[in-house]
Amino acid sequence: MLFFSYFKDLVGREVTVELKNDLAIRGTLHSVDQYLNIKLENTRVVDQDKYPHMLSVRNCFIRGSVVRYVQLPPDGVDVDLLHDATRREARGG
Amino acid sequence: MSWAGPDDVYLSTSLASYLDKKLLVLLRDGRKLMGTLCSFDQFANAVLEGACERVIVGDLYCDIPLGLYVIRGENVVLIGELDLERDELPPHLTHVSVAEIKRAQKAEREASDLKGSMRKRMEFLDLD
Repeated sequence: MLFFSYFKDLVGREVTVELKNDLAIRGTLHSVDQYLNIKLENTRVVDQDKYPHMLSVRNCFIRGSVVRYVQLPPDGVDVDLLHDATRREARGG
Repeated sequence: MSWAGPDDVYLSTSLASYLDKKLLVLLRDGRKLMGTLCSFDQFANAVLEGACERVIVGDLYCDIPLGLYVIRGENVVLIGELDLERDELPPHLTHVSVAEIKRAQKAEREASDLKGSMRKRMEFLDLD
């Protein structure tokens, strides 16, 4: 559940989600669930001309299984905190 | 996706806030379906009412009516809420008939097949 909790902390931040079909979407992280499904708000597609059908999509739900990367804001990663959480999770609790 | 209560559906990742809304569903094979969400579950299986497939070939587009569709969740890439205030498509796209878009689609497919087979034949040149 570490990454689930981690993404929950990023709610409200601006992220770019790159999908396995190479579509990259930038938007405000609205919510995330245990499958790492993601909901974005105020979305815009990075390569708009290539995906004209996405023009009128403002909010979207992305299935966790199709996500390749999530690009985070530079200050979105607290490495020490993440290290501690990882060790805690590895110990089983 | 949790089965959230009615007060927090707008905060959760559940698709409940999209019920009865007009949506664009992107599938893994690249198809784009549009329709109204009737039902869904935790796998993102979804039922679309009044579904149609939006086919875009170059500057041409067409909505092919399909009826009631049940989509298996594993094929879903993205479900987007269509903002009815905004233009659905960029202005340079022209609406054409189903027959015409099928013809355009076939031509595009044949062109890409040809490109593939040409590439295959030229493989000995080691272009990459």
